[in-house]
Amino acid sequence: MALGLSWTLDWIRRSGAVIADKRVELITLDRAIGDGDHGENMDRGFQAVVPKLAMLDDDATPGDALKLVATTLISTVGGAAGPLFGTAYLKAAIAVGSAPELDGAAVVALLTAARDGIVLRGKAEVGDKTMIDAWTPAVDAAVAAEASGASEAEILAAAAEAAAAGAVATEPLVAHKGRASYLGERAIGHRDPGAQSTAYLLQAAADAAQAA
Amino acid sequence: MKKLINDPKNVVNESLAGFAAAHSDLVRAEYDPNYVVRADAPTAGKVAIISGGGSGHEPLHAGFVGYGMLDGAVPGAVFTSPTPDPILAATQAVDGGAGVLHIVKNYTGDVLNFETAADLAAAEGIEVRAVVTNDDVAVKDSLYTAGRRGVAGTVLVEKIAGAAAQRGDDLDAVTAIAEKVNAQVRSMGVALSPCIVPHAGEPSFTLAEDEIEIGIGIHGEPGRERIKLEPADAIVERILGPIVEDIPFASGDKVLLLVNGMGGTPLVELFIVYRHAAEVLAAQGIEVTRSLVGNYTTALEMQGFSLSVLKLDDELTELWDAPVQTAALRWGR
Repeated sequence: MALGLSWTLDWIRRSGAVIADKRVELITLDRAIGDGDHGENMDRGFQAVVPKLAMLDDDATPGDALKLVATTLISTVGGAAGPLFGTAYLKAAIAVGSAPELDGAAVVALLTAARDGIVLRGKAEVGDKTMIDAWTPAVDAAVAAEASGASEAEILAAAAEAAAAGAVATEPLVAHKGRASYLGERAIGHRDPGAQSTAYLLQAAADAAQAA
Repeated sequence: MKKLINDPKNVVNESLAGFAAAHSDLVRAEYDPNYVVRADAPTAGKVAIISGGGSGHEPLHAGFVGYGMLDGAVPGAVFTSPTPDPILAATQAVDGGAGVLHIVKNYTGDVLNFETAADLAAAEGIEVRAVVTNDDVAVKDSLYTAGRRGVAGTVLVEKIAGAAAQRGDDLDAVTAIAEKVNAQVRSMGVALSPCIVPHAGEPSFTLAEDEIEIGIGIHGEPGRERIKLEPADAIVERILGPIVEDIPFASGDKVLLLVNGMGGTPLVELFIVYRHAAEVLAAQGIEVTRSLVGNYTTALEMQGFSLSVLKLDDELTELWDAPVQTAALRWGR
């Protein structure tokens, strides 16, 4: 079933709920190898996004909702996560254009554009122990699922599963970007907080599609 | 955790309001989005300089807004870069038609948010340059890290570039001076105790009662090594060595020596540090011709200090000595 505005709104609301729920966990992950503000910043951003959804017109598109998330995160999150996630949602919004409903190919385009936007801003590569280590496996899994004829919900479920595995797989890595890069081998054994929040956001997308 | 706060969510706004009220002769604060500008901003025809970053490092940066230094400062949440919109708003508020220089400490978030704001300002026809400070020798500058961090040397960049802008230098010249100061200053810090971010409520790292962290960052990020507490003179030697070797500084150099408190160390201890740092430099033939001792780039209530050494020439010395009138630095006027 193609995914429309109601899925997009449900994804964003579920994102707000899971980030609020995992705020302390994300702070704890970031305190270990960063500066301890990731959960606080992401929570502040999504708590600002959710009330704004009521401002969208009834005939708004998924792209309109994603753009609202982008501008709100850029102006409220701060840190590195604000420009990075903000750019992700902005590029995703541009990728889906004004389509009222997203089919499997559009879902893949959304995820791919989001990942490419983060790479463009942050210049991180796979293996640098950043959110890209969750995003890129998610995009790869989505591409593979779509090619095998999976439904939109199945594509997002595959992406979410790959992102969660990707976040776990950051644990043995040495960081090459962001504050954790200063730690050298001391970063080994700690999960990247941005990869973990990415996994939660994509799980929210999959859950919303499952419920649609 | 014991802190003089009301609600962790209101720390930045309430502190900003108090700062602006206490220094209403020098600055004006705006809220939503938050920024601080000189009371008389903008100054027509003068290059304007803005800095900013996470709060918790006071007096950096708002304490340096005023005649001869910064035109504006943008405080983010505690230890969190400000977002692009207050940076853009501050840039617009200080633009006197001669362009705006952004002085940005090298942290991924700060660089990304200032870059985004500079793009937005350029789209509105304001000429913006950026100088990214990276004076901390504690961490490696390589392709495999985010590069050296910007720490207390940033204050020296802000003072000297501010003096250049005040005397009427154009945007290219002010940018070149800021880059020159950044290229000639090196810093390194040490922590005796951690700091506590108000909304986190717990120390950002832990140190045993007898441990210190050599090479600490100004957000409590780890540095080079964790060792047992030593006498002050030995600690000074540990962090002065890597600073002097980095450029390297040489016999015959004239330098400015900054002993910067991290927020929780009393001045009586900072002067013990200064005494030995100056001795060690003198023994190497490096002459300290200017000095600054105090809390200028702090990390909340962290105990510790950093040393910064800036190689001076006649021009930098003249600009350092030029009048400045800000909440945290004030002389000659």
